[in-house]
Amino acid sequence: MRPAGFALWAAMLLASTAASAETTLRIGLQDDPDLLDPHRARTYVSRLVFTALCDKLVDATPDLKIVPQLATEWKWSDDGLTLTMKLKSGVTFHDGEPFDADAVKFNLDRARGMPESMRKSEVASIESVTAVDPMTVAIKVKQPDATLLAQFADRAGMMLAPKASTGDVAANPVCSGPYKFVQRAQNDRIVVERFPNHWNKDAYAFDKIIFFSIPDTTVRFANLRAGDLDLIERMAASDIKAAKADSKLAVQIGSGLGYMGVDFNIANGPRAKGPWQDMRVRQAFSLAIDRNVINDAVFEGLYPPGAQPFPPASSYYVKQPVPARDVEKAKALLKEAGVPLPVKMEFKVANNPTLQQVAQIIQAMTAEAGIEINLLASDFATQLKEMQQGNFESDIRAWSGRIDPDGNIHQFVTCKGNLNDGRYCNPEVDKLLNEARTVTDEAKRRAKYTAVLDILQKEFPIIYLYFEPRVFAMTKKLQGFVPHPDGMVRFANLKMGS
Amino acid sequence: MLRFIAWRLTLAVPTLVLVTMFVFSLQKLLPGDPVLTLAGEERDPQVLEYLRHKYHFDDPIPLQYLAWVGSAVRGDLGMSLKTDQPVLRLIAQKLPITIELAALSMLVALLIGIPTGIIAAVRRGEAADYAANIVALSGISIPHFWLGVLLILLFAVELHWLPASGFVPLAEDPPANLQSMILPSFVLGTGLAATLMRHTRSAMLAVLRSDYIRTARAKGLLPPAVILKHAFRNALVPIVTLSTLLFGELIGGAVLTEQVFNIPGFGKLIVDAVFNRDYAVVQGVVLCVAVAFILLNLLADVLYVLINPRMRAA
Amino acid sequence: MTAVTAEALASPAKSRRGRALGVFMSNRAAVAGGIIIAAFVLAALLAPLLAPYDPIKTNFLAIRKPPSVMYLLGTDELGRDILSRLLWGARASLMAGCISVAIAMSLGVPLGLIAGYFGGVLDAVISRVTEALLSCPFLVLAIALGAFLGPSLGNAMIAIGLSAMPIFARLTRGQVMAVRAEDYMEGARAIGLPDRWIILRYVLPNVLSPIIVQATLAIATAIIAEASLSFLGLGQQPPAASWGAMLNAAKNYLEQAPWMSLSPGIAIFLTVLGFNLLGDGLRDMLDPREF
Repeated sequence: MRPAGFALWAAMLLASTAASAETTLRIGLQDDPDLLDPHRARTYVSRLVFTALCDKLVDATPDLKIVPQLATEWKWSDDGLTLTMKLKSGVTFHDGEPFDADAVKFNLDRARGMPESMRKSEVASIESVTAVDPMTVAIKVKQPDATLLAQFADRAGMMLAPKASTGDVAANPVCSGPYKFVQRAQNDRIVVERFPNHWNKDAYAFDKIIFFSIPDTTVRFANLRAGDLDLIERMAASDIKAAKADSKLAVQIGSGLGYMGVDFNIANGPRAKGPWQDMRVRQAFSLAIDRNVINDAVFEGLYPPGAQPFPPASSYYVKQPVPARDVEKAKALLKEAGVPLPVKMEFKVANNPTLQQVAQIIQAMTAEAGIEINLLASDFATQLKEMQQGNFESDIRAWSGRIDPDGNIHQFVTCKGNLNDGRYCNPEVDKLLNEARTVTDEAKRRAKYTAVLDILQKEFPIIYLYFEPRVFAMTKKLQGFVPHPDGMVRFANLKMGS
Repeated sequence: MLRFIAWRLTLAVPTLVLVTMFVFSLQKLLPGDPVLTLAGEERDPQVLEYLRHKYHFDDPIPLQYLAWVGSAVRGDLGMSLKTDQPVLRLIAQKLPITIELAALSMLVALLIGIPTGIIAAVRRGEAADYAANIVALSGISIPHFWLGVLLILLFAVELHWLPASGFVPLAEDPPANLQSMILPSFVLGTGLAATLMRHTRSAMLAVLRSDYIRTARAKGLLPPAVILKHAFRNALVPIVTLSTLLFGELIGGAVLTEQVFNIPGFGKLIVDAVFNRDYAVVQGVVLCVAVAFILLNLLADVLYVLINPRMRAA
Repeated sequence: MTAVTAEALASPAKSRRGRALGVFMSNRAAVAGGIIIAAFVLAALLAPLLAPYDPIKTNFLAIRKPPSVMYLLGTDELGRDILSRLLWGARASLMAGCISVAIAMSLGVPLGLIAGYFGGVLDAVISRVTEALLSCPFLVLAIALGAFLGPSLGNAMIAIGLSAMPIFARLTRGQVMAVRAEDYMEGARAIGLPDRWIILRYVLPNVLSPIIVQATLAIATAIIAEASLSFLGLGQQPPAASWGAMLNAAKNYLEQAPWMSLSPGIAIFLTVLGFNLLGDGLRDMLDPREF
């Protein structure tokens, strides 16, 4: 190329790069999101994508307080059976439709009525939704429901554009969020780009966001270090030290909503028959475990140990010391229960290296108290089915956590709870938890949950081990990131420094 | 020859039926409930019932299979349970990527494996032979995952010479695409090269050390080049067999390598699908892989005849 | 006629085996291979005596410690001694390697012989069956077997063996087709030798070469495949040790604890090297053209 031609080419190149200085944020996810339809989705990572695509009625702050988003204010009626919400004006969906009370009705009806809706149980208390006027909606419930607002801060409160959402939403979700859907390649990436008519458009610095699904933590972290990603969610605890030591990276660890626990098959089928049916054996199991050692050995001290389902970030967290290990007391309990020693039970664990580590530590600890657990690894789908059918004795399982305390406990320990695979049943617990759902006064609610916890910490249908924090690693240049307990990345005020 | 090929292609149909029926039944007999797995944390019994009914999971298995065949012949391979995307579209997206990775890896394997095998055979017992063997055996002993992560740490994180991932489609940006393929095809290719090298060496040695060759050599009856060509021809049969088989396995998806280098090919797709009991996706991929193996085995049989016209398959 | 062949004709009683052994022993590489394998087998058998620590005993104060006087090869992510786990793991890994390959060969080689020699319908059927097995994803096969037969090392070996079977069948078939085209085969059939005799005495010895090579290579992949199976829930369950499982755990700590990967990695490499050298020697010993 002759000098003049080269100069021209270089100038054009410079001009074009200056003009289209499009900023892209590249995020690494642990899993591939499932259906991009907020009413049908069920994975944790799909929520991360929704936070870019869809606005919700309300949002949650880092200390789990409910704040306005598409709903500007709300009020429960005196009898607690009608929730009136005033809506934000001037909001349009990605396809140009205006956001109004009819749109809210469309969405809530869809969440309740669509046969495949996974949100049904979350909004089960809703009896009807009426558009009082274009900017006001009245939601009538069958009985007082203290959990409803928290549900509106999650997928149940996400608003799809009514006219565009009559067909296959997952292929092309149309919401009103700061970013709109561009394309998706399964097991690869999801691309979203700026929605220029968003009501808060100035708060969003990035033109494009690309979500990559990279299941292996080592690989995801390597990509961040190499500069091919700007932000990753979830890291192996053993990599956190290296990330902190890297001068180009920043690590932010926030409190989470989820926990890890050991379940027992108490009454689900013939395999429930065993020494662990006696609650003293389960008490001994819990006493044999040193939760601090698990935290230190596997998680470098970053995963707060706990013995309750309510995470530290929640105002319903019961302040109590973590139970210490007491092998002697465990042995005494086993003797009192009169079970033949050593107590043998099968312990299912998913094919996840971290979980297998934790399981092996538990195995070593309980062995000292006279409980021999036999580890059985299997893939997730098999494990789910076996647990539902009662083909298990004990297992270790995580729960990703919900904003409202009810979400972390009701389904697991009520007699007919959908996720109560051990079929634990205590009518007193059912009564307290059902009441707690209808009580809006926080102090009264807390009293009920504390009462339930007292029972659970004697009967141990689930032995809670620790809480999972939300770990994010990012390039140091990323400014404005605030970790939230629900693990969602809020893109407002997020920008790339230099 | 053409009649032979035509005959084999007609045999392809019953083979595909056999394969898809076998894999379908196997999948259905796997433990785990696809709808339960699909629901994950959100377990509403009503919704689960509805989904089971919608996807006909309650029907007897043979009926489900026939339904699948019925739509498959019309070009409808079903939908991915997880994302509701048409399986045909998924395959169309990922097949070219998988083929590209397979082809590049095979190229690496052939370019490294065969010459190394020849040298090792010719210089048997000498330093070159031992070195080649050690390198080859390391290639096959080092797990792909391990090597891959090591290379990423070296070339992407430390040296910044190559991208850690960020796969770019070939149509979009050929140089960037090739850049992102260098490490993964190297990782895959070196493992395969080891196999090719060992077989090349062994087959050539079988000729080079036979009595009549040694005599001919000693008496100077045949020029070395002719001897080598004759020895190499002997190696061609196992080389062809293995190359076609290994290429077919690559089409099936190099699971671990794709995971490490984030290549969105069949490997990642099928692992996810098996774990999620996403039947339609697995069937679709298996169909592709079966077609690939049928064609590759046919290619191998045709090449046999070209190498040695007396090797006629039935 | 060479001197060796003349001698063989003169004294058939002086066993072919004796001479074969002589060939083997003079091949130093093969002997070295044999010694390596013998060493590992001994280590595996004597693991209870040789291992300094209990391989599954965790020690939370000694997590991921580099090699030292106390822990010669370092410790793993749960504070277990790597040397002890290596010795005990040798059992699982050597068995996984050898038995899976044995299964693959005992099924694949006869099928390949029949397909290649007889051709026709037999070949068509056997080739289609192998194509079906090749197209079946290993993962599906492994999980299915684990579900039907229960998780155990034995069933893992069956899964690996079944997946490796088609390669042996195809290799054998190709080789048989090449041998069948040789002149002496025509001669043998012309004088009316029964097929079974021809296959066992003429065909098989000539196709052994690539089969042995493939077998020695397959041992490596089998050992590593056992790791992914134990991870899935088939095969050795944690905390039992196997080299593959050790590698699996080590991959999360490549930078923090490289010794966790090196020990099992080198063990696998040496085992594969040993088998390959042994295989070379075996091949030379059995090669009919030597005689």
